[in-house]
Amino acid sequence: MRGVARARWAVGAVAVALVAAGCGGTAGESKGVVRASWGDPQNPLEPANTNEVQGGKVLAMLFRGLKRYDPKSGAAENMLADKIDTSDQQNFTITLKDGWTFSNGEKVTAHSFVDAWNYAANLDNKQKNASFFEYVEGYDKVHPASGNATAKTLPGLAVKDDRTFTVRLRTKFSTWPDTLGYAAYSPLPRAFFDNHAAWLKKPIGNGPYTIDSYHKGSAMRLTRWDAYPGPDKAQNAGVELRVYTDNNTAYTDLQANNLDLVDDIPSTQLKNVKKDLGDRYINQPAGIIQTLDFPMYDPNWSKPGLEKVRRGLSMAINRDQITEQIYRKTRTPATDWTSPALGEAGGYKAGLCGDACGYDPAAAKKLIQDGGGLPGGRITLTSNVDTGSHRVWMDAVCNSINNALNNDRACTVNPVGTFADFRNQISEQRMTGPFRSGWQMDYPLIQNFLQPLYYTGASSNYGKFSSPQFDNLVDEANAESSADAANAKFQDAEKILADQMPAIPLWYQNGSAGYSDRISDVTLNPFSVPVYEQIKVG
Amino acid sequence: MGRYVIRRLLQMIPVFIGSTFLIFFMVYALGDPVAALFGDKAPDPATAARIRAELYLDQPLWKQYGHYMGQILGGEFGTAFNGQKVTELMADAFPVTLRLTLVAIAVEIVVGIVLGVLSGLRRGRTVDTTVLLLTLVVVSIPTFVSGYVLQYLLGAKWGWVSPSVSPEARLDELILPGVVLALTSLAYVTRLTRTSVAENSRADYIRTAVAKGLPPRRIIGRHLLRNSLIPVVTFIGTDVGALMGGAIVTERIFNIHGVGYQLYQGILRQNSPTVVGFVTILVLVFLMANLVVDLLYAVLDPRIRYA
Repeated sequence: MRGVARARWAVGAVAVALVAAGCGGTAGESKGVVRASWGDPQNPLEPANTNEVQGGKVLAMLFRGLKRYDPKSGAAENMLADKIDTSDQQNFTITLKDGWTFSNGEKVTAHSFVDAWNYAANLDNKQKNASFFEYVEGYDKVHPASGNATAKTLPGLAVKDDRTFTVRLRTKFSTWPDTLGYAAYSPLPRAFFDNHAAWLKKPIGNGPYTIDSYHKGSAMRLTRWDAYPGPDKAQNAGVELRVYTDNNTAYTDLQANNLDLVDDIPSTQLKNVKKDLGDRYINQPAGIIQTLDFPMYDPNWSKPGLEKVRRGLSMAINRDQITEQIYRKTRTPATDWTSPALGEAGGYKAGLCGDACGYDPAAAKKLIQDGGGLPGGRITLTSNVDTGSHRVWMDAVCNSINNALNNDRACTVNPVGTFADFRNQISEQRMTGPFRSGWQMDYPLIQNFLQPLYYTGASSNYGKFSSPQFDNLVDEANAESSADAANAKFQDAEKILADQMPAIPLWYQNGSAGYSDRISDVTLNPFSVPVYEQIKVG
Repeated sequence: MGRYVIRRLLQMIPVFIGSTFLIFFMVYALGDPVAALFGDKAPDPATAARIRAELYLDQPLWKQYGHYMGQILGGEFGTAFNGQKVTELMADAFPVTLRLTLVAIAVEIVVGIVLGVLSGLRRGRTVDTTVLLLTLVVVSIPTFVSGYVLQYLLGAKWGWVSPSVSPEARLDELILPGVVLALTSLAYVTRLTRTSVAENSRADYIRTAVAKGLPPRRIIGRHLLRNSLIPVVTFIGTDVGALMGGAIVTERIFNIHGVGYQLYQGILRQNSPTVVGFVTILVLVFLMANLVVDLLYAVLDPRIRYA
């Protein structure tokens, strides 16, 4: 008897709870706050330790550096910097604007920058973006390739007074000031050094927002900082970042008006997104390019004459069809090695790759035959396949090549399960055929797309491409005093890539986002991060 | 009884050591996680080497394992890549998943047993056939299909519930995910109860009870159910462990930041302290649930005695 009664209670309780849930509605939505999707940042939120978009979103709201990239044009404009002077493209004097403070009231001084940069470069602090400071003189003392650091601070940095400091670079680098908009160059308050653990729990910066609460792994609430001295004050009361593991769920939440902004539209929804969101869907170029790199360390791929084969392979790929069918135009066929997100001022020029990036199967077949055919008669494409529909496009590229060569077995695919494994195989130089390489720019300059990737011995030159001509042009470009002259040299360097084809440009990646009708003025910056401070609610 | 429990608890020690080693070995076999921390950029060798040293990754496998076990005995489960302690992650994740599991188990028990008893008592009739069909349908639909469909219909289309669960994961928000998680097991509980009830309702002691003139409620509640529930209790007991570890899909769909979420992140980033720590706790939960089930037998069936 008692058991039955208890069971009835249970049934009743569940029924009541179900009804309550039905009427409950959405959880507390605060007025004027943008609810946006987020992912768990991979690393602690230190400026010089954050190298992916999710942590970058927070830093973009929390910090302002010497320069800031215009969200529309990508041009580097002075923010905290009053002026950055140089007479020889190697010694720079940086003067700060007056009136900037951190949100805890501390003044932003030359020390805030120099201390932050010294911290970032020091090997003992294990900052993942330390290599950004490699151009500063004495980097090898604080960050030697092996062994312990012999200095605590960068000898190339010197504080003149509260608002002035000087930087001495290792070599000439004319566009160096334009790199200073990257988050790794942000100033840091004393609180960062004095009580590091507390700062990590609730970072303090000098940007238009302050952190209200941070629950690691699930949510962060940011509030508008009313006393923010900069020109780009937040247009909303705050931003609530919610961690989603599955972008499908975020998209459903957006449809249910439970979320305002999704900046990663799931690929399965791309065909519905126009119908679902109408003009509340953004699809615009971001500074990301996907290429197929050749292992130039393998003599089979680097011997003379093979450039014909490499160019031929590039011409055998039907980029238009693949970006249309697989990516529904969230990728754009590439015609050079940079990105349209740079804009002309940043050095982008369409079509630098020339015929070699156009689809011409007949010419492709002839070029490959002239070059002596594929090494070993066949090629294998390698990529990680855990994200980004990589498996799908690799199959499509292979089909395209096979069709052009009229040989079903010319091209095969080697899928690698995880990104980490793929990355390890690349750095151990185990590739025997073309492999995927993606590059997301750090700052909107043509230099960032060329020097780290194709300069002899450069850090991300995975295929070990080496061309003295290319290196010379890059060196000359860096020594030019005007940006236009530097860009022209870099573009000349790209023409060498077009001849040699050490990497096949595939497509430029777009940033995509969708938003609810509760908010307006939503844009993405060239790094495909939403410009949160411009969003208006209601 | 006491000695039996102690013996069972002692048996858990080798299982604990064996399972942690296997998991540690498997995560280790996935390869070096440090390179992936640098994104598209090539890792800076000096920084990567420092990070490896800090994480003990520059040591041979057996040393890493020894170091890890030494830490665990001191109550230290290591750190995730984003700088959070794994124990902190656990304190966040386990209560959420536990709540989700409890909701799922409650749904399973209430709905499953009621449906099972109904169809067991009316075997061959319409109720029985309908329930059979329903359970077949439910069993054949994978969780991610039922999850996404229910989420879209109830959450986005009709707007009855929120499609995702807030970080606090209140009980009322967990009802839909709980139902989705419970669906498959619910079908099994129904089938098990039905068979068991159908079999026992023909037993002599039920006929005796009916002949004594006992009210039907008492016959079903006291005599029939108590004897029929033994296999069901076993199933539910083992299901507790399975649900806690197997909620990865459900937690992903409804954006619940529980054990499944942490495991998923850990595997994706190849962070062995997270994966090994969480799975180890899951193994313990599984073992404890089994022990409780075995002890419950003795309560339900007086013929079973543990010495």
